[in-house]
Amino acid sequence: MNKEERLIKRYKAEKRFQFYGKAAIFMALLFLLVFLTKIFSTGYTAFQKTWLVIPVNYNADLLYLDPDKKPTTEDINDADFYEFGIETFISLDPDASEDQIMELKKMFAFTFERELKYYLLDNLDSFGKTVDVKLTASDDLDQVFKGNYPRDIPENRRRASDYQLKIFDKLNEDGRVISEFNASFFTNADSREAELAGIASSFMGSLFSILVCLSIAFPVALLAAVYLEEFAPKNRFTDFIEVNINNLAAVPSIVFGLLGLGVLLAVFGLPRSTPLVGGITLSLMTLPTIIIAARASLKAVPPSIREAALAMGASRMQTTMHHTVPLALPGTLSGTIIGLAQALGETAPLILIGMVAFVNTIPGTPMDPAASLPVQIYIWAESAERGFVEKVSACIMVLLFFLIFMNLGAQLIRHKFEKKWN
Amino acid sequence: MNSVIFLTIVLLALSSYFFGRKKAILIQSNKRLTALPKFYGYYLAIWCGAPAFLLYALWSIFEPSIVRFFILSDYSSQGLLEGELNLFYEKVKSLSRNQYSGELTAELQRSAEKYLNFRDIAKWSKVVIVLSLLIASTGYAYTKISNNTKTREPVEIFLKGVFFLSSLAAILTTIGIIFSLLFQTIEFFQVIPLFDFVFGMHWYPAKAFVRDASEALDPSMYSDTFGAVPIFAGTFFIALIAMCVAIPIGLLSGIYMAEYASKRLRQYAKPVIEILAGIPTVVYGFFAALTVGPFLKDLGLSLGLEVSAESALAAGGVMGIMIIPFISSLSDDVITSVPQNLRDGSYAMGATKSETIKRVIFPAALPGIVGSILLGVSRAIGETMIVVMASGLAANLTLNPLESTSTITAQIVVILIGDQQFGDPKTQAAFALGLSLFIVTLVLNIVALSVVKKYREKYE
Repeated sequence: MNKEERLIKRYKAEKRFQFYGKAAIFMALLFLLVFLTKIFSTGYTAFQKTWLVIPVNYNADLLYLDPDKKPTTEDINDADFYEFGIETFISLDPDASEDQIMELKKMFAFTFERELKYYLLDNLDSFGKTVDVKLTASDDLDQVFKGNYPRDIPENRRRASDYQLKIFDKLNEDGRVISEFNASFFTNADSREAELAGIASSFMGSLFSILVCLSIAFPVALLAAVYLEEFAPKNRFTDFIEVNINNLAAVPSIVFGLLGLGVLLAVFGLPRSTPLVGGITLSLMTLPTIIIAARASLKAVPPSIREAALAMGASRMQTTMHHTVPLALPGTLSGTIIGLAQALGETAPLILIGMVAFVNTIPGTPMDPAASLPVQIYIWAESAERGFVEKVSACIMVLLFFLIFMNLGAQLIRHKFEKKWN
Repeated sequence: MNSVIFLTIVLLALSSYFFGRKKAILIQSNKRLTALPKFYGYYLAIWCGAPAFLLYALWSIFEPSIVRFFILSDYSSQGLLEGELNLFYEKVKSLSRNQYSGELTAELQRSAEKYLNFRDIAKWSKVVIVLSLLIASTGYAYTKISNNTKTREPVEIFLKGVFFLSSLAAILTTIGIIFSLLFQTIEFFQVIPLFDFVFGMHWYPAKAFVRDASEALDPSMYSDTFGAVPIFAGTFFIALIAMCVAIPIGLLSGIYMAEYASKRLRQYAKPVIEILAGIPTVVYGFFAALTVGPFLKDLGLSLGLEVSAESALAAGGVMGIMIIPFISSLSDDVITSVPQNLRDGSYAMGATKSETIKRVIFPAALPGIVGSILLGVSRAIGETMIVVMASGLAANLTLNPLESTSTITAQIVVILIGDQQFGDPKTQAAFALGLSLFIVTLVLNIVALSVVKKYREKYE
C-alpha cells in the first residue's frame, strides 16, 4: 500500500467516525421524536368526549310524579330515574328484546341516571315535554367513534356488539352523536369507567405533594447550603456531610420509598396514601439536588461582595443574610424548581407509601388519600380497558406540559435574575 | 387542636417581636443601645417561640407511645404477642373514635374509656404546660432587656444553630435509610438464612403467604422461596442491555458534541437530548409496554422468533434511551476538559481529528468516561417503573433477552404494592432487596465519583 492510498484510507476513517457521531445524535433525537409523536397521537383524542343526544320524554307517569303539579327539587330527587332511563332507551328501538335492552343501556355511561335527573333539575320547564338530552356515551362507543377501535373484527372479539353499532350508526346519521371538548377529564376524579375517569384527584394529589415538598425542602436545603458554604469550619464532620449529600443525590428513588414506608408510616404512624407523606418522602429526595444547586450559586457570589460588607462593619450573619443569600437566590430558586420537576415525575416512592390507591374523590387537604399524576399514569396503564390508553397518553401530555413549564420557568429565572460576575 | 397550639405559638412569637422592639425603642430615647432595636425584637421572639415549640414538638412525638404504654400496661403481662397487642390497641383506638364495628368486650370498652381519658389529660396538660413555658421564657427575656443586653450575638448564634441543624438533614436522611433498611433486613435474616437468600435459585415470594404470627416464625415455610439469584441476575442483565444501547449512542454523541459540533448544533441539540433525561420514568414505562414491547413481539413473529410481550429487551432498550443523556453530557464535559496541548501535540504529528480522538483524547479521558458509565449503570440498576411496567414480574433465571425477567426494584414494588404487614417475611424481603440495592448503588457511586474526582485533579 502506498502513501496515497493510506492517506485516502485514513480520511475515509475520519469521515466514518464523524458519521457515527452524527448518527448517534440523530438516533437520540429520533427516539425523542418517535416517543413524543406516539404519546401525542394516542393522547389527543382523550380531550374529546362523545355524547349521544337522545329524545327524552319527561312524562309524569314514567317518573311516577303528579302530572298536574310542578315537581319540587325533592320530588325529583326521590324519583326513580333508573327505570325512567331504561324506558327512554327502549324508545330508541321499541322492538328491542330483553337482552337488547341491556345492550341499549350499556351504550351509555352508568351515570345516565344522574345526567337525566340533573337535566330535569336544571330545566324544570321540560317536565311533561319531550326534549333532547345529551348523555355520555359508553367507553366502547367513544373509542369506536374516535376510530381508536376497529369495527371490522368478529363480533365476539369486540366490546361493542353489532346491535349497539347499528343503533349507534342510526343515531350518527341523525346527527345525534356529537363530540365536544372533554371537560370532565379535568374536573372528574378517577373512575373505573374510562369514559368518566378524570385527573382532578391525581392533579390535586400532585399539587399537595409538591407544596409539602417545597415547604420542607426549600428552606432546609437553603439553610443547609448557607451553613456549609458560609459558616462551616473545614473539618472531618463537614466533609462527612458533603459526602452524604453527594451520595444521597444518587440513591435510587425507590429507596426513599422504603424510607417513607419504614420510618414515616411504620415509626411515626403518619397516615398512609396521603400527599403529606408523599411530599415528605419527595422532599428528602429533592433535598440534595437543591443543596447542590444552592451551594453552587453561593460559591458563584464573588468574595469581594462579602469583604465589602464585612469592611463596612456588618457581622458575618448580616453579610450572609443581606448580601450573599439574596444574590444566590435566583440560582437556588431555579435549582429548586428543577428539583420539584423531578419530584413531580416520581412514581416508585409514592407507590410504596400507598399513593396508588383507587381514589374517586377529589382530596381537599394533604391529609386525604390521593394519587398523583405519574401514579395515575401507572394505574391507568395497568388497567385492561381500551379507553384508558388514550387517557394515559393525555395524562402524560398534561404531566409533560407541567414539566416543560417548570423547566422553562427555571431557565427564565436563571437568565433574567442571575447576576453574571466577570 | 395541635394546629391551634402551633398557630398560637407562632402568633405570640410574632407579636413579641414588636414588644421587644418597642421596649428597645423606648430605652433608646435616653440611652444608647448595643444593637439595632429589631434585634431586641428577634431576641424576644426567639425566647418566646423556640422553647415552647421545642417542648411542643417533643411532646407530640412522645405522647402516642406513652399513652400506648399506659393503656397496654394492663395487658402486656399476659404473655400476648406483639402483633396481638398491636391489634388490640388499634381496636381500642377505633372504638374511641366510634368507628369500631367488631365484637365488643368489657376489656375493650374499659380500655377505650381509659384511652379517651388519657388523651384528654394529655391534651390539656400539653396546652397548659406549653403555654406556661412560653409565658415564663418570654417574661424572663423581657425583664432581661436593657440598654446593654447583648441581643445581636445570641440571635446570630441561634440562627447559626438552626442553619447547622438544617445541614444535618442529609445525615439524618442517610441514617433513616440505613435504619429502616437494616432493621427489617436483620429480622428477615433471622427467619431466612443469609446463605439461602444470596445463593438461592428460586424466588417465589407469593408462596410465603402467612396466616398468623405463629406461622411466620416457622422457617420451613420458606425453604426455596427467597433465593435472590434470579433477581440479581435479572437486574444486571437488564442493566447490561440498557448499557448496550446507552454507551455507544451516548459516548459517540458526547464525543461529537465535544469535538466536532458547531456552536449552533451544540446550543440546540444538547438541551434537546437532555430532555430525554427529564421525562418521568413512568412515561418511559408506558412507552415500552405499549409500543416497544408489542413492536418487538411482532418483529419476532415475522422472523419466526418467540418474543414475550414483556421482554427484557424492551425494558432494557427503553432504559438505555433514558440513560443516553447522562453518558453523553458527562463524557462531553470530561472530553472538553482534556487540555488543548494534548490535541495540538497530536495534530502536529500529522494525526487526523478522529485519530487524535481515538488515540490521545479518549485514553486521556478514559477515567472520567468510566466514571460516567458507572453512574449510568447505577441509574439503570435503580430504575423502577420501566421494569415494573415493561418487563415481567415473575423472576426467571434466563439469559435470553427475549424472555421476561425481573429486577430488584420491580420485586420491591410487587411485594409492597397494596397493603403491607410489618413483621411478615415477605415485607422484610423487600427491605432486604432494598438494602442490597442501596449497597450496590452506593459502591458504584463512590467509585464513580472518586474516579471522576481523581481525573479532574489530574488536569487542574
